[in-house]
Amino acid sequence: MMTGIRRVVRAGFVGFWRNAYVSLASIFALTVALFVIGATMFLDQLLTTSLNALQSKVDINVYFVPEAPQAEIDRLQTALETMPEVEFVKLTSREEALEEYRMKNQNDEVAMQALEELNENPLGANLAVQAKDTTQYEKISAFLEEQKANEQPQVPVIDKVNYLDNKESIDRLTSVINATEKASFIVMIVLLVASVLITFNTIRLAIYTAREEIAIMRLVGASNMFIRGPFMLQGFMYGFLAGILALIIFYPIMVWLGPRTEAFFEFNLLTYYGENFGYIFLVLVGIGVVLGLVSSTLAIARHLKT
Amino acid sequence: MIYFDNVSKIYNDGRSAALQEVTFQVAPREFVSIVGHSGAGKTTLLKMIIAEDKPSQGQVFFESLDVHQIPRTKLPHYRRKIGTVFQDFKLLPNKTAYENVAFAMEANGRTDAEIAENVPQALALVDLDDKVWNFPNELSGGEKQRVAIARAIVNQPDIIIADEPTGNLDPIATYEIVQILRKINELGTTVIMTTHNKGVIDEIERRVITMDGGRIVRDDSKGKYVL
Repeated sequence: MMTGIRRVVRAGFVGFWRNAYVSLASIFALTVALFVIGATMFLDQLLTTSLNALQSKVDINVYFVPEAPQAEIDRLQTALETMPEVEFVKLTSREEALEEYRMKNQNDEVAMQALEELNENPLGANLAVQAKDTTQYEKISAFLEEQKANEQPQVPVIDKVNYLDNKESIDRLTSVINATEKASFIVMIVLLVASVLITFNTIRLAIYTAREEIAIMRLVGASNMFIRGPFMLQGFMYGFLAGILALIIFYPIMVWLGPRTEAFFEFNLLTYYGENFGYIFLVLVGIGVVLGLVSSTLAIARHLKT
Repeated sequence: MIYFDNVSKIYNDGRSAALQEVTFQVAPREFVSIVGHSGAGKTTLLKMIIAEDKPSQGQVFFESLDVHQIPRTKLPHYRRKIGTVFQDFKLLPNKTAYENVAFAMEANGRTDAEIAENVPQALALVDLDDKVWNFPNELSGGEKQRVAIARAIVNQPDIIIADEPTGNLDPIATYEIVQILRKINELGTTVIMTTHNKGVIDEIERRVITMDGGRIVRDDSKGKYVL
């Protein structure tokens, strides 16, 4: 048994070397496939991260009237926080709101003067509500409007909810996000299928050139596993080397793209590549190995049928 | 040891028959030549023995074993009992002469020690000790055929099947190959060979089966080439 495995391994390596051209062709086909897979992976990551960043900038603000009782504000905050659609709620108290206003307008003489003359804080507290998904703002907004409508007229709490102001941009962003995700998914599937087919065909051709040899091996009385083994090992090696090659090709591209994506998407691809290298290595080399193994196993199966 | 019982092979179109009601047997240690024109059914007959082809009718026995009842997974095991030699040599192009012979032993599950001992012996028997590390494309036709014979005998099979082993060779190489096959036969291995070389038959002076149109038309124990 051990002898058999050792012989299969040796035959695999020897076959790999002596058919260097065929091996190279297969490795390149696989590298292209893996490159496409890797590129879609990075693109997807880039889109997801930048869309998340965009999404986190969208929120609903609830402005309270300055006289709003703190208990009511707390109650509303808790109510919002328990909603499943809400990611988080950030409270800005009256004092903080005033501080922010001062900071923002410190160079504006008129505004500062007006504030001095008022002698009291004219600003109310506000809540910034962030939803888990942009489609959910509608619901949160509806909830807030309902709260506002149910207030007792003598004790007003909510001054205004700015959802409607932002509604258009929120809707547009939502549709852009959905369209991008759909499109990139379709493109990814098409590219994946194409590259898998190309790889499969290349390896099938490589094994087709060896069909005479396979027939001879059978005549000499080699068992199917003994014939198949070296070819499967070669498929494995093609995949492994192609994975490494794709990783190497990605590196300079990342170095070049990194600062550029940083500037545009606020997401540095090079950093991502470096930090997730283990994962990327496993995915690319893993897919390569599986592709190589499966293609060679399927391709050889047809030559082993009597 | 080989027994054909009323074997016919009819191809799918239902008319052309490669073999028709062929019945004969081969005893151990015999040297049988099968002669006939192209298309007489010689190669089909050999393919029946190594289970490369199935008869439409009749049975082929190897000793008491019905060759075509052997399950597919057991076929490699069966084929190891038979050494095969072909007109086009059928060597593995990416393996050296030594590796080609060794492959047959590896496939047979022999140990490394046995391989190291038997492969040089087999190559010496066919007089090829000096070209052990050459690849097939570096060898002449006669040398290639000698590698093929070394591969066929290295597992000490009970029988050697040779399909036109001299078909692609010049007269001198042909003479050498025939001498090697005779030597193997004298060492105790049954040989079944097809040929259409009159010189070869006359040289061997052993049993000759003559085929025509898929039938056995003559079976002479000390034959001459008569066609």
